[in-house]
Amino acid sequence: MAAKTVNRRRFLTTMARTACGVSLFALGLGFYARGSKALPPEYIRPPGALEEEKFLSACTRCGICVRDCPYDILKLAELGRDNAATGTPYFHARSGACEMCEDIPCIPNCPTGALDHSLTDINKARMGLAVVIDQENCIAFQGLRCEVCYNVCPLRGKALSLDYQPNKRSGRHALFIPVVHSDACTGCGLCERACILEREAIKVLPIRLAKGELGHHYRFGWKEKAKHGGALVTPDKEHHFNLPKGVEYDYSTGRIYVKNKPAAPNAPQAAKPKGGAASILNRGIQEAK
Amino acid sequence: MATPLEELGHDALAQKGWLGAYKWLIARRIAQVAIIGLFLLGPLGGVWILKGNLSSSLLLDTVPMVEPITFLQMLAAGAAGITTTTIIGVLIVAVFYALVGGRAYCAWVCPVNMVTDAAAWLRRKLGIKSTSKIPDWARWWMLGAVIVLAMATGSLAYELVNPVSMTHRGLIYGMGAGWAVIVAVFAYDLLIAKHGWCGHLCPMGALYSAIGSYSVVRMRSDNRAACDDCMECFEVCPEPRILPAALKQGQKQGLPPAVLSGLCTNCGRCADICSKDVFAFGLVLPRERMAGPSREGAGRAEDETLKQAP
Ligand code: SF4
Ligand code: SF4
Ligand code: SF4
Ligand code: SF4
Repeated sequence: MAAKTVNRRRFLTTMARTACGVSLFALGLGFYARGSKALPPEYIRPPGALEEEKFLSACTRCGICVRDCPYDILKLAELGRDNAATGTPYFHARSGACEMCEDIPCIPNCPTGALDHSLTDINKARMGLAVVIDQENCIAFQGLRCEVCYNVCPLRGKALSLDYQPNKRSGRHALFIPVVHSDACTGCGLCERACILEREAIKVLPIRLAKGELGHHYRFGWKEKAKHGGALVTPDKEHHFNLPKGVEYDYSTGRIYVKNKPAAPNAPQAAKPKGGAASILNRGIQEAK
Repeated sequence: MATPLEELGHDALAQKGWLGAYKWLIARRIAQVAIIGLFLLGPLGGVWILKGNLSSSLLLDTVPMVEPITFLQMLAAGAAGITTTTIIGVLIVAVFYALVGGRAYCAWVCPVNMVTDAAAWLRRKLGIKSTSKIPDWARWWMLGAVIVLAMATGSLAYELVNPVSMTHRGLIYGMGAGWAVIVAVFAYDLLIAKHGWCGHLCPMGALYSAIGSYSVVRMRSDNRAACDDCMECFEVCPEPRILPAALKQGQKQGLPPAVLSGLCTNCGRCADICSKDVFAFGLVLPRERMAGPSREGAGRAEDETLKQAP
């Protein structure tokens, strides 16, 4: 009888000890797993990767994608060295960007749906979104010719285009500003890799960081109007400026003119009199007199 | 009677010669190293026989294989990425080990086995006897924890620390600080608990023992009448409590002459060390398994020895 009690007590202690041990292990690992859920923003998943949350439940960490990438840009994260979840594949655009292979060889052998097998057009991949993030250091903004990122972009003109703007500093040259378009950018990172700066001014960011999102209730009146083929609400009353007789405001040029004598649409800026809007107004008054 | 620890294996060496006394051990080491080698042959030599790693792989660029514990975690984490290939892959692996079990994976494939075997060897050499008692069902709790964690985090959480996949992936793709995990397992087995990791805690071992519990390829003990109770097999077996049912005690209970427990790793150490040639690999078909006393009978035999253990 006594022996039995001792035995049972020992059994219960062992149970409790094991339960404690296993729970501690589970708790620790649980928090660690939570912590390693966020992919550092400079790491990019291979093309077709599911959104991060799902990817971490789908990728077996086998590295077949790593082997199948002919450019060897993919890498499996190593414990304590890379900050991505241990064993998961990623690339770092600045040191090796995705070359956007037409046949996307990294996808078909993935044994799970971690890489979306229905992605067959690499141009539809959305690994991230390039952002010209440092406009103070990008030399294009200083009026220097560079356009390297623009020239290496496999979707040049669609994903990355140049916007010509007047160079206010020199007053007579143009700025060739790189502009990324989210409807075409795949996030391959070739622009980031090619940026000529010491540290790149254009970076591929995860879409969650790169993009804003409009309030869901938000509607742009003119778009709705176009969709509807006419005004959806009672048309606005025409706005009347409180202007002297015979003087009118032209919406398209933003200028005031004397009736029947419209201002030249592209009148050179130099022709603007000093003193800003007030002087224009005054001029209009004088001319009207 | 029981051979003293210092003379472990001497009889086998004298009787069967070096090769005879180590053949399965040598075969296993070759298999373990060759599997790692085949995975490396692709990246280093351009010959693609195996691609990936043990978590999932591609044989000859066609046959998929998926590790069952990875699959279980995927299921628990929400089954987001499971495709037909994944299912075919896990079935191929599971069916193979269901036939060639119990935990043949542990003895012939798993890279951690070399680590824990080394720890067990050093433990014997240094004469370390003290061991903390962990119930051997702890591994089932570990397996439960692995699944609950996958459900709770929605990710393959255990793969962040799994020493098996970490070691194998590390050898093939780069280890990072993964060495620390291997060292921890080694130190644990050497200093804290005998056969601590593989024999008590590893949830993969637990899962494979379940998969292989009715397997056909088995360590048979047809010659068990010749056993002279030297107990050497008990010393080298990573799961010694499963042995009595195959030896004289099992004979008394009318159990089939074979190690039937799914915990057996099919490592063959018992066959190597036995100077009386009691053990040999063979087949156990379901008919024979069922012919003996019920499974509960086998279970009881194991329990008996457990109680007798000091
Ligand atoms: S698309 Fe090509 S370059 Fe890009 S990750 Fe895949 S295999 Fe590598
Ligand atoms: S092939 Fe698929 S499962 Fe394997 S590492 Fe790459 S993404 Fe993960
Ligand atoms: S018990 Fe685990 S670590 Fe040990 S050999 Fe088996 S799978 Fe490997
Ligand atoms: S019974 Fe033999 S083959 Fe099975 S685990 Fe023990 S030593 Fe290995």
